[in-house]
Amino acid sequence: MIKHTPLLRMSFIVGLFGALGDVSWSQDETVDFNRDIRPLLSDRCFKCHGPDAEAREGDLRLDQASGDESPFADREEDAVITPHRLSESTLWNRINSGDPDVLMPPADSKKKPLTAEEKALIKKWILAGAKFQKHWSFAGGKKPPIPKSLPPAWDHGDIDRFVFDNLRRKGLAPKQSAEKRIQIRRLSLDLIGLPPTVQEIDGFLKDDSPESYERLVDRLLQRKGFGEHMARFWLDLVRFADTNGIHHDHAREVTPYRDWVIDAFNNNLPFDQFVADQIAGDLYDSPTTDQLVASGFNRLHLIIDRGTALPEESFHRNVVDRVTAFGTVFLGLTVQCAQCHDHKYDPISQKDFYRLYAFFNNIDAAPETPGRNRHPPFISVPSSAQSELMAVNQGVADSSRKKLKQLEKLLENEKSDKEKIESEIAETQKQMDLAAKKIAAILKTAPTTLVMKERPDIRETRIRIRGAYDQLGEKVSRGTPDFLPPLQSREEVPTRMDLANWVTDPGNPLTARVAVNRIWQQFFGVGLVKTSEDFGAQGEVPSHPLLLDHLAIRFVENDWDIKSLVKEIVMSQAYRQSSVASPEEYRRDRENRRLARGSRFRLDAETIRDQILMVSGLLNREMYGLSVKPPQPPNLWKSVSMKSSSTYSFQADTGEKILRRSLYSFWKRAMPPPQMTIFDAPTRESCIARRERTNTPLQALVLMNEEQYFMAAKKLALKLIQSFDDDQQRIDYLYQSLTARKPDAAESKLLADGLAQLKAGYREDQELTKLITGGLPVEQTEDRIEFAALSALINSVLNLDVAKTRD
Amino acid sequence: MNSSPFFETIANRRRFLSRSGMGLGAAVLGNLAASQVAADAPALSKMDQLPHFLPKAKRVIFLFMAGAPSQLDLFDYKPGLAEKFKQPLPKTISGGQRVTAMTRGRTQLVQPTKFKFTRKGQSGIWMSELLPHLSNVVDDICFIRSMHTDAINHDPGKTLICTGSEIPGKPSLGAWLSYGLGSMNNNLPDFIVLNSAVWSGDKRNVQALYKRLWGTGFLPSRHQGVMLQSSGDPVLFLSNPKGIDRKTRSRILNLATQLNQKHAIEIGDPEIQTTIAQQEMAFRMQASVPELTDLTGETKSTLELYGPEVSKNGTFARNCLLARRMIERDVRFVQVYHRGWDHHANLPPKMKGQCYDIDQPAAALLRDLKQRDLLKDTLVVFGGEFGRTVYCQGNPTREDYGRDHHPRCFTAWCAGGGIKGGVVHGQTDDYSYNIVDPSGATTTRFEDDAVHVRDLNATILHQLGIDHNRMTFAFQGLDQRMTGVKEAHVVKKILA
Repeated sequence: MIKHTPLLRMSFIVGLFGALGDVSWSQDETVDFNRDIRPLLSDRCFKCHGPDAEAREGDLRLDQASGDESPFADREEDAVITPHRLSESTLWNRINSGDPDVLMPPADSKKKPLTAEEKALIKKWILAGAKFQKHWSFAGGKKPPIPKSLPPAWDHGDIDRFVFDNLRRKGLAPKQSAEKRIQIRRLSLDLIGLPPTVQEIDGFLKDDSPESYERLVDRLLQRKGFGEHMARFWLDLVRFADTNGIHHDHAREVTPYRDWVIDAFNNNLPFDQFVADQIAGDLYDSPTTDQLVASGFNRLHLIIDRGTALPEESFHRNVVDRVTAFGTVFLGLTVQCAQCHDHKYDPISQKDFYRLYAFFNNIDAAPETPGRNRHPPFISVPSSAQSELMAVNQGVADSSRKKLKQLEKLLENEKSDKEKIESEIAETQKQMDLAAKKIAAILKTAPTTLVMKERPDIRETRIRIRGAYDQLGEKVSRGTPDFLPPLQSREEVPTRMDLANWVTDPGNPLTARVAVNRIWQQFFGVGLVKTSEDFGAQGEVPSHPLLLDHLAIRFVENDWDIKSLVKEIVMSQAYRQSSVASPEEYRRDRENRRLARGSRFRLDAETIRDQILMVSGLLNREMYGLSVKPPQPPNLWKSVSMKSSSTYSFQADTGEKILRRSLYSFWKRAMPPPQMTIFDAPTRESCIARRERTNTPLQALVLMNEEQYFMAAKKLALKLIQSFDDDQQRIDYLYQSLTARKPDAAESKLLADGLAQLKAGYREDQELTKLITGGLPVEQTEDRIEFAALSALINSVLNLDVAKTRD
Repeated sequence: MNSSPFFETIANRRRFLSRSGMGLGAAVLGNLAASQVAADAPALSKMDQLPHFLPKAKRVIFLFMAGAPSQLDLFDYKPGLAEKFKQPLPKTISGGQRVTAMTRGRTQLVQPTKFKFTRKGQSGIWMSELLPHLSNVVDDICFIRSMHTDAINHDPGKTLICTGSEIPGKPSLGAWLSYGLGSMNNNLPDFIVLNSAVWSGDKRNVQALYKRLWGTGFLPSRHQGVMLQSSGDPVLFLSNPKGIDRKTRSRILNLATQLNQKHAIEIGDPEIQTTIAQQEMAFRMQASVPELTDLTGETKSTLELYGPEVSKNGTFARNCLLARRMIERDVRFVQVYHRGWDHHANLPPKMKGQCYDIDQPAAALLRDLKQRDLLKDTLVVFGGEFGRTVYCQGNPTREDYGRDHHPRCFTAWCAGGGIKGGVVHGQTDDYSYNIVDPSGATTTRFEDDAVHVRDLNATILHQLGIDHNRMTFAFQGLDQRMTGVKEAHVVKKILA
């Protein structure tokens, strides 16, 4: 096994993404194959005239320009495409035919007919010579020239040069910078997933030096919350959860993996290392605990407990799930589409799928879990406190052992005082045993985590015909698809470590693009490639292809430095723009793909909860460890679980544990916390590269009524009453806490009037105020009215769109 | 069809605005509304492509028997088996069938049902004595005895029937309907799930359910099924916190609406209007859901129709009555789960208990819908995730036995919503082991009346006016369909 060292790998580099032939994009009105034509051919034609040899009709494939079946091949009948000549191109004639038997795509293909605009593009393309290009994301990228001559006010770096140059071509102009209050809230929510405190806002406003923004960015990047926030997106992607997800849906222990991800982002572990550790951390010469923990990536799939399914079938499903995750997470490819047949759209053959499968089927583990018990292989990962305690006890044990030896020697030589020595021996022995017992006890409660382990012999791999687990076909060996750079193997049979190195080789055209795009998506709400889970032919082409390549190449050049990529993004003027625009502008570009304004999107479920906990002062910032269970409505687990499941009955935690950041909440796949799923958190049953963002009445109900959220509102009310004497100050503080903005005159008046009305209401019905204070130290009638009204006011502000949205 | 959430937002707002001045904030919104609706007009016409053709049904109730009931003891009468008790199942019948880990390698001995069957109704359909009430309404029911599926275990089986794929991650049927057809009412969700918390037959081996069975997969999550709880708030987080009454709630939301409205104008993002609309909907649900679940207005005769269990919270009977109330209020899709049908052992006593739970209420539901003239455009579907084996699991006696999972054939039934009543579709061999064509040859072909799970789903969609091939959502490079990538067919023969 060969150590993963970036230096060694650099020797393969022919040039960044170099060996593949570069992708090029036309910047003007001419037709661009990758942008305009391939998506049409892929969507309407590839199903029968694409990469899947078995489904191919009429010996024609339209996904490549060379070969016997290409549109330019010599045929007995007329040419499919004759460059520059429409009438001599069968393709053109058939997409325009009035004869339903001749028309393409045929009516029974369930494909939408081509529209007039789409046909016009194809016409233009044929007339221009019908040039094919390699699919953009499979081709190498070269550093694009950076557009020049932006007005200085808009020029905060290369990102702006690409984005604003693009805007100018379209006759659009960017927005001014967002106001400083919005800037700090945006940065804080985007970088650490928590809002700024009122003090932090004040500090930022007071600092009017030109560097204040950058200093804020640097400070936030150093906060521990950065890793916690970044980890969340990764955990969606790798479908991290606390249960097995099938049949009994028993609990599993794998939280050290989550903690490793947090630390990786906080310590700015280079992304290539981050990737390699997960794919093959177990295969280093002498892997560290961290690397073993990271290899648990390969164990995060759903898995059944033994007893009902067929182990051979379960085995197959596990491997397919592992390969699927590998494809989505690292390559942005839907390799799983090739498990039954060749991929319909991308050049991934069924054989390619099983060549990848061969890397992931050699796990030294049973294919089904032993009921509720831990499923080997796993390792014990004590927390730092536990490690310290163990070290202390180890010290006691060691010194006792030494002392015992001395005493025994003493006993041999000494004739008198025998009894005293003997009793001392007994005492020391007791101490040593106690220390050993304590260590064992700590180990018993220390979190464990699932890890990957290779069998000594390599399993034979055969294609599964039509994807059926028991229909064995041709034998295949480990390998990667031909359309990507070749795999470099250090031994006769390539290892998972070779695969990891192949993924992170700078020559791999997908890895950096896919990674950069997903990080971009976090900061703008949508990726440069919107389909961040699919970079294949059916995925969307990038809105800013040159910018994507620029960022990807720079990322690799910077040794895959995530923090510096993040910093470059948030330092851009494109990012800093105000999201205030006209309804017309919003309607024209709902998702802000053109970046003519700052992006505005609803906060994720976790951030909404963390925000209210923090603002109220309740948030417990403890990091790491076993997952926790904040309260949820009764009987949810029972209503779906088998009685013998270890997650049949939900027992909420108490005390500080329920106030941790949502990232640490226990995730039962069959029934995740409803506060999270109602706000679009995925169930973590499959790899999710981007969440939907919906707006529903159930979300309104959570914000209105959720027990913990309302408790937080009451805590904040108490804090406001204790800290400020008059309502205006309280309103100011409250409004700033949740929106970062100070209420303007009109808002102040609405809020003050609202508070007065709420007070009047509670004065009329004082029984209500007793219900609301229940247990809190608010005794005087007037105090109670004040407290109840303020709690209700906070509840109202919590329901504002601007409070649950990042502007 | 157009899948852009933007258009959905507009549609939401249109529905919201059409409620002529009721509720909060409507006055504030009035002015803005007129101009925006005009601007949105071209977009709306794109939404109108669904339904694809005239629907026969407006709503669906799916009675899901989780765990897979035995077709041999309920619907698929095989009188010849009585003589074959304990005989080995002929290899010509079982030929290479994949079996579960529980019975693999064991001898397969024929197990006849211990229950009596008689012909019922004018149609003379054979029914088990376990289902006396359903036996009285067979003339409204179409029995599909030739259902088949790909899965042999519960989890993939349920996931397949509910989401069209064994692999988790696809949207459920109700989510597709909500996405494709939109809402018919202003106060309730489009898709409601009722999970029966009480079952009489099997208390120990009760298979799990998963949120994904009513989830949205890759569709926007607002289309997900809302599970009504049998204890606590019927809809999660419905009740105001202690100390917030309805008046206070209205003050709170009024204030929020005024501020949201101001921000909508200042910021320009139309999403803020959606937030306002959804808060209003939440406020209305706080009234409409308790009204929905309050049965005090039901007559004594109606309650008696559903049987004695209807008085208890969380029973299948109560859920059937609630389903009818939802249908009356134009909820699009109601799915009622009843668990406890996984009878590997002690099948006869467990079956009795399970049938006690479901027989009278299911029959009552059909009668009740019919007497309110709702059955004609409400499709009721009944079925589990697969069938059960003719051979016995464990040591068989005539009186006590168990049956393993069986994917090759099982029975589901449909009623109302443009489906023929009093008919049987498809047939199985003498062992209820394989689907056969009229000549008796084993088949899985649709042309021979075999009905795959995806065909059933295609048929449900068809009755709602949806061509299953044309309702799609682009995800992971595919035009995803409810019925999956393989060809699915509408079972035209059972359409009225």
